[in-house]
Amino acid sequence: MNFLENLPVMDFMRSEKMTFVQLIVPVESAHRAISYLGELGLLQFKDLNDDKSPFQRTFVNQVKRCGEMSRKLRFFKDQISKAGLVVSAHPGMQPDIDLEELEMKLSEHETELIEMNSNSEKLGQAYNELQEFKLVLQKAGSFLVSTKSHAVAEERELDENIYSRDDYVDSASLLDEEMQPGTSNQAGLRFISGIICKAKALSFERMLFRATRGNMFFNQAPAEQHVIDPLSTEVVEKTVFVVFFSGEQAKTKIMKICEAFGANCYPVPEDTTKQRQITREVLSRLSELEATLDAGIRHRNTALSEIGFHLRKWTIRVRKEKAVYDTLNMLNFDVTKKCLVGEGWCPIFAKPQLQEALQRATIDSNSQVGIIFHVMDAVESPPTYFRTNRFTNAYQEIVDAYGVARYQEANPAVYTVMTFPFLFAVMFGDWGHGICLLLGALFLVAREKKLGSQKLGSFLEMAFGGRYVILLMALFSIYCGLIYNEFFSVPFHIFGESAYKCRDTTCSDSHTVGLVKYRDPYPFGVDPSWRGSRTELPFLNSLKMKMSILLGITQMNLGIILSYFNAKFFGSSLDIRYQFIPQLIFLNSLFGYLALLIVIKWCTGSKADLYHVMIYMFLSPTDDLGENELFWGQRPLQILLLLLALVAVPWMLFPKPLILRKLHSERFQGRSYGILGTSEMDSDMEPDSARQHHEEFNFSEVFVHQMIHSIEFVLGAVSNTASYLRLWALSLAHSELSTVFYEKVLLLAWGYENFAIRLVGLLVFAFATAFILLMMETLSAFLHALRLHWVEYQGKFYHGDGYKFGPFSFSSLGDEEE
Amino acid sequence: MYGFEAMTFNIHGGYLEAIVRGHRSGLLTAADYNNLCQCETLDDIKMHLSATEYGPYLQNEPSPLHTTTIVEKCTLKLVDEYKHMLCQATEPLSTFLEYITYGHMIDNVVLIVTGTLHERDVNELLEKCHPLGMFDSIATLAVAQNMRELYRLVLVDTPLAPYFSECITSEDLDDMNIEIMRNTLYKAYLEDFYRFCKKLGGATAEIMSDLLAFEADRRAVNITINSIGTELTRDDRRKLYSSFGLLYPYGHEELAVCEDIDQVRGVMEKYPPYQSIFAKMSYGESQMLDKAFYEEEVKRECLAFEQQFHYGVFFAYMRLREQEIRNLMWISECVAQNQKSRVHDSVVFIF
Repeated sequence: MNFLENLPVMDFMRSEKMTFVQLIVPVESAHRAISYLGELGLLQFKDLNDDKSPFQRTFVNQVKRCGEMSRKLRFFKDQISKAGLVVSAHPGMQPDIDLEELEMKLSEHETELIEMNSNSEKLGQAYNELQEFKLVLQKAGSFLVSTKSHAVAEERELDENIYSRDDYVDSASLLDEEMQPGTSNQAGLRFISGIICKAKALSFERMLFRATRGNMFFNQAPAEQHVIDPLSTEVVEKTVFVVFFSGEQAKTKIMKICEAFGANCYPVPEDTTKQRQITREVLSRLSELEATLDAGIRHRNTALSEIGFHLRKWTIRVRKEKAVYDTLNMLNFDVTKKCLVGEGWCPIFAKPQLQEALQRATIDSNSQVGIIFHVMDAVESPPTYFRTNRFTNAYQEIVDAYGVARYQEANPAVYTVMTFPFLFAVMFGDWGHGICLLLGALFLVAREKKLGSQKLGSFLEMAFGGRYVILLMALFSIYCGLIYNEFFSVPFHIFGESAYKCRDTTCSDSHTVGLVKYRDPYPFGVDPSWRGSRTELPFLNSLKMKMSILLGITQMNLGIILSYFNAKFFGSSLDIRYQFIPQLIFLNSLFGYLALLIVIKWCTGSKADLYHVMIYMFLSPTDDLGENELFWGQRPLQILLLLLALVAVPWMLFPKPLILRKLHSERFQGRSYGILGTSEMDSDMEPDSARQHHEEFNFSEVFVHQMIHSIEFVLGAVSNTASYLRLWALSLAHSELSTVFYEKVLLLAWGYENFAIRLVGLLVFAFATAFILLMMETLSAFLHALRLHWVEYQGKFYHGDGYKFGPFSFSSLGDEEE
Repeated sequence: MYGFEAMTFNIHGGYLEAIVRGHRSGLLTAADYNNLCQCETLDDIKMHLSATEYGPYLQNEPSPLHTTTIVEKCTLKLVDEYKHMLCQATEPLSTFLEYITYGHMIDNVVLIVTGTLHERDVNELLEKCHPLGMFDSIATLAVAQNMRELYRLVLVDTPLAPYFSECITSEDLDDMNIEIMRNTLYKAYLEDFYRFCKKLGGATAEIMSDLLAFEADRRAVNITINSIGTELTRDDRRKLYSSFGLLYPYGHEELAVCEDIDQVRGVMEKYPPYQSIFAKMSYGESQMLDKAFYEEEVKRECLAFEQQFHYGVFFAYMRLREQEIRNLMWISECVAQNQKSRVHDSVVFIF
């Protein structure tokens, strides 16, 4: 026992020691202090204003201002991306600007932009209207000419009455006067020409028809190019139309309908010469407008790129400010003392750093009063904080996905770093596939810097996050693949010659009668001669099955031993005596014994039937073992082990709840404080503290809980051991699948002399290897390894009911919103 | 298939029912309303709403907010949700969803026609229309001079056309005419919707007929109260009542002859479900009636969510969301006009 007492402290296994601290910050240095703490990122603030709604808090106005500023920044970003510019990734080298100044600057820029936008919008509208007019002139002009010639041929008298607009003045006022078709001709045929959305054209025509009771003629032609609508500034397909009608009433109706449908009317003169003249004028105006618009856009783009230069920096600045004020809102405001009171968690090692930062804040803000920073007692349990690096982070994530460790609980991630990739590789043992995986992982690791800074797709993101897991998985698969002697299911003679040879030189009966052993066993891994032999499967199955059980028993024992360290750390001798010891005995007396038998069988080469041994150990322990006896004294040992296992069950079931009840009753009747820990004493000394331990001791509940726990363990010992057989099953499936792809696809295709068939075979093999074996199989082996860790291994000792340490930190803000 | 909705409903309706139930859980709760009622400025309201599902719709609004902007954006959210559901829906759910908007369509038609009668600008009127009740040629309504033209030019293309059969006259439009037209249309609409739901059968028919009957009865009471002291004759009044609902037919006979609000009250108190509504009001008072009716409606609509495999949830959700927007509008108005003492007058808590 002395050995166990003197173990080194297992710092890696425990989360950081945390402490609850209180800050009393004078108002004048509060903002600076919080932002320094944010830079440091080692203090998790507790929300002391939980009962207040967001707008009742102290710094709500500042938060609102930040919100407003970030809205403006979003507006800029939007405008910049609309203009097709890129935001410079590297923030401008400028000293930090004041928030007020920034706010001023932002609103200045915003008004400037909005003004420019409205100007260019007006111009753009005029430009688009002229574009439409041009189209109408082109299309409607041709209508009119054709109608005219038609009319000339048919009815001459109409010709005189056809509307013509002779008082055409100037293209500038043309848009204003567009709505006044021929006032000079009171009666007779007139027309209105214009342009309308293609989608609306049909119902427009129908409506016109109904409104004029059919007394109109509608002519339309699609405008071949896409037009930007002057009002909505969207690109739409439009149709040019000309409506012929007669009468004043019809005119007003048609005008109203045009308005209702959003059809823009433009007057087109009857005369071809005038048409040409107007077209010329329109074209010249268009080119003028184009030049102005271009100048406007250039001007706007320079303004935008100037903003874009700072945009990122400003965004980060505003985001930080907002975070600071949000944090300040969590503090209690003491009006009389002019200071803010904050509480939070920090790791003990960070205390000097925090104090230093706070001191700096006091000095920098010229405050008369220093910031008070002191340690307090806390009721709730501290958060869990593991310091990870980029290598261990992914493994910690794997564990955290199951549940965050209880404060200072043994961290399974430490062993997971090795066991997880290893168990994966047991299922994925193929050094060919392992090398493919390794190349992928090396690629991700080598380009770590580049990939880490950019946004990846969801799948690549996942692979990148776990790049070190994949790296180790690949290395272990190569190792296991060498042991299994599989390279895309092809065996290789790497470590020397095979130990077997054919009985004669022809080798004709090698598959029926078998081979003979003529030299020492193959030095490393499985002998390549097993491949393709009749006994390949029985041999490999027995090997892998036994190996899985050995691995499983080892890992479960590790889990139980970790529960001992947990109990020892938390000082609970009850758990050691009445949980750890019987559990260890139970598991090892049954399945530990099985593992022992397996090792003995391997070493001695005995032909004993282990199923038989195990089954009859329960059914008739006193019977003679006969030919299944592996070593001397096996029978009495078995009886002893069986008895031990039987004793272990009530041992872990009854004593613990009974002792707990006894302790409880002693505590209240005998008033004996001896058992109680020191933390309980504290609460007596601070009667006004918020903590009141009203632990109702409910015996039946405790007992039922213990019963569930024990039954789970006893049944689990069987089912978990069986569960480790998945290592064998998946490994078998993997090797069989790769054999199928190799033999039934690649070798079959290679059998033909045809180049095309060979190519197809190669392609199918490559895709099957890449997608089924490298992706799907990796995923399934990963999931099974995950399960083995979460359920079979962590179930033995891990509570996982803690909560994560979430310090207030600027560095975690950056990637939040993107 | 009555009683066997559970077997087949989810084939077409399951996804959308899940969607609508998800939307429902985004409705503001009493705690939200409590917080909203404590707001001092419209910015506070925006800030609070930004934590709810309205957040993305309000976050890019520049700071001097107006009540109209808030309401507009909230309505936009509802419209977006509605459009999404309509796009995903198959028959007969899509028809059912379309039926929900006809009420707004009628209101919009009436709004435009009344507006043009008083020579308001059409574009200004269009902005005031409820976006759910928009149809293609709605702006053309301004062209029409009388009912017949209204029908012949515009409405014949809309789903409202069948409801118009009863009110085609060549009379020139005036306020009275329009109001009668609105109620006739609404009556026809409700009856049609009622028939449609009955035809769907199952839990849909059961729940929707309850909700629609309540709607019809409420309209009957409102018509009666609003027509007291006008030229509307008793027969005309009776014609405007929908031919279903709890009050049909005997209650309608009695309502038709009512001359003041206390008589209406006397009629309504004979019906147990409405007794509680009228019991809350003192005699001679009718202002609170709207709120009481709204509260009752919200209660019934919340109950619609208690059953599964029916279309009533869509109707109920749309109505609840509209009520929520009305609440937000009232709260924002109260906050904007510094009338915070009246903030609770018209807010109907949904949960």
